[in-house]
Amino acid sequence: MQWAISVDHKKLALMYIGAGLCFFLVAGLEAAFMRLQLARAENDVIDPETFNQLFTMHGTTMVFLVGMPILLGFGNYLIPLMVGARDMAFPRLNAFGFWLFIFGGLLLYFSYLGADGLYGAGTAPDVGWFAYAPLTSRTFSRGNSTDYWILGIMVSGFGSMTTAINFIATILCMRCPGMTLMRMPMIGWMMLVVAFLVLVAIPILTGAQIMLLLDRTLGAHFFDPETQGSAILWQHLFWFFGHPEVYILILPAFGFVSEIMPTFSRKVLFGYPLMVAATVGIGFISLGVWAHHMFVVGLGPVLDSFFGATTFLISVPTGIKIFNWLGTMWGGRLHFTTPMLFVTGFVAMFVIGGLTGIMLATVPLTWQLSDSYFVVGHFHYVLFGGTVFGIFGAIFYWFPKATGRLLDERLGKWTFWLLFIGFTLTFMPMHVSGALGMPRRIYTYEADRGWEIWNLISSIGVPVQMAGVAIFLWNAIRALRRGPVAGDDPWDAWTLEWGTTSPPPEWNFDRIPTCTSARPLWDRKNPEDPDAYYE
Amino acid sequence: MTALPANPEAAATLRSPLSRAKVGMACLIFMESAIFSAFLVTYLYYIGKSPDGPQPLECLELGLVLVNSACLISSSFTVVISVRALARGAMGAFRFWLALTILLGIEFLVGTGYEWWGLIEDKGLTLQSNAFGTNFYSLVGLHAFHVIVGMLMLVVILVLSIFGFIRPDRDHQRVDVATWYWHFVDVVWILVFTLVYIVGRVPQGAPAS
Repeated sequence: MQWAISVDHKKLALMYIGAGLCFFLVAGLEAAFMRLQLARAENDVIDPETFNQLFTMHGTTMVFLVGMPILLGFGNYLIPLMVGARDMAFPRLNAFGFWLFIFGGLLLYFSYLGADGLYGAGTAPDVGWFAYAPLTSRTFSRGNSTDYWILGIMVSGFGSMTTAINFIATILCMRCPGMTLMRMPMIGWMMLVVAFLVLVAIPILTGAQIMLLLDRTLGAHFFDPETQGSAILWQHLFWFFGHPEVYILILPAFGFVSEIMPTFSRKVLFGYPLMVAATVGIGFISLGVWAHHMFVVGLGPVLDSFFGATTFLISVPTGIKIFNWLGTMWGGRLHFTTPMLFVTGFVAMFVIGGLTGIMLATVPLTWQLSDSYFVVGHFHYVLFGGTVFGIFGAIFYWFPKATGRLLDERLGKWTFWLLFIGFTLTFMPMHVSGALGMPRRIYTYEADRGWEIWNLISSIGVPVQMAGVAIFLWNAIRALRRGPVAGDDPWDAWTLEWGTTSPPPEWNFDRIPTCTSARPLWDRKNPEDPDAYYE
Repeated sequence: MTALPANPEAAATLRSPLSRAKVGMACLIFMESAIFSAFLVTYLYYIGKSPDGPQPLECLELGLVLVNSACLISSSFTVVISVRALARGAMGAFRFWLALTILLGIEFLVGTGYEWWGLIEDKGLTLQSNAFGTNFYSLVGLHAFHVIVGMLMLVVILVLSIFGFIRPDRDHQRVDVATWYWHFVDVVWILVFTLVYIVGRVPQGAPAS
């Protein structure tokens, strides 16, 4: 009950992350069932209708109920502590946003019990996570399972928007004395840009979903081509949301890397101002690349070239970040603790996902590879190898701050290597099966197409990853019960959250801190050699 | 919720040039603009793409909507006068101009409802009739919904002030921030009006730009 009525940003954040991890287990199981079905040709473990529901719910859950809440949760936990504030700007709005997310997620999953679909009662949404028209029209999607998809996402989307408003107000108005914007921890900039993208992108999805709901319930004609509507319009609106959304999911992870990497390289972040510029640049360019999801629609050479070019362009600020992280590690005293392993793995995996992204920005290549397993491999490299690895790094890094207990390093390294190996086993072969022509979202395939071995390797990776996640859960439970006491600052870091107790008191700081440089804790520990001198 | 320990010294140094309320309201307005832009762009996309059923040129008439628009736009001025009165501490003038603002808002809503009644009864234009009907009712309806929300905010302020909960020194900035939303609703109406009643009524075959 203490938790249910709490408006404390730390409690809300832990509930965000905890709920997100629960949804992560659910979505992971859904993926595991899909891999089980695809392990060999002409398998019949899962019937086609269930398979459609599995990939729809897996995608929707991972994006809206795992990625966003966990990242918003970290933002909630870290922003006030890092900028030296006692809470978010609007604590009650914060609680409101959290509960909207929870109820939206429950509404979506209630569809397994309550929704009525093409195959009778208990039909979860089965239209894919991007819910293309006209598949979502009344004609092809009977019953109300698609309405559950619309309303669940819409409700949790309103939660995300209120949280974004809170982030911006907190970052702009609540910084402690001396903390200028350019002294703010990098994660603050990332969250500021993410909040901006949430405010631009999510409303477009909400608007499109309102239109779809009008189509489905009141007989409007937005997206149904049979009645003057346009199916392409849905794609435009959805991807205008959808592409900024992937940056919403990756930028906070960039922030984790930018905090964790300097600490364990014992060096300051390389090129902070350029990093800020690159982040803001990504924020703006990401609003102008959406139609690269639509190259096979036939938009014509001019639009295709434009969106291909903007997509190439966005690799420039992203590349700047990669080189800045390498520059941070370069010549540093590297400590490969578990968080450092995860963020190093993040950089490697993200580069691979970024390179396949550049390949997919090439229009003629996308004509070949669109909607194939190559695309599935690509976005799992950025969203799993990127975002999820970043999240695990962040959990291992800030767990001692939030709980006062250290996670076990040996088990942590097991988690990392199992996840890393399992991840590579699962997703690397998808590039091959995709290049060999295997379309995504098929529930089975014929033998003798050369796809069997790649699918088998992909499926073998799943239990390896599950073992990694299981060890992590065991590690977390063990640490909560009898882990070694962490102390205020176990990593000898420089940002403000390590300057208060672990876990922090409800009011965060007994005295509102002041800072004279970007690394206030360094100044406090080394008064004879303050960082401000070098700024 | 534990009470925060008193720390007047720190509070004294905590002066941000930006107010949370203003930043929050600006963000809300930014977000609402994004929702409206989805509907405005969709409207623009469907102009001239609705060959069957009632057409914009034969359905929409400028007479009533111009009166409605005049009321809504002028309500932006009355609300400014009202907030200025509050800043001076003239509570009577504050309430009068605020009530006038609300009345102008009600006129707009009633006028819109009357226009819709005519469209549905006489012209046979409904949400289902064609792409034009779908877009017209969605966009204008979305705006009308926002007018209702903005008006509820003003009504709450008026009721609070009648019961004496609004104090000029403490609250006039809060009330000011709340009225930003009302101005936003007005500005959006200018866009909606231009798109629906001017650009959208350009006869088919004529250049649309």
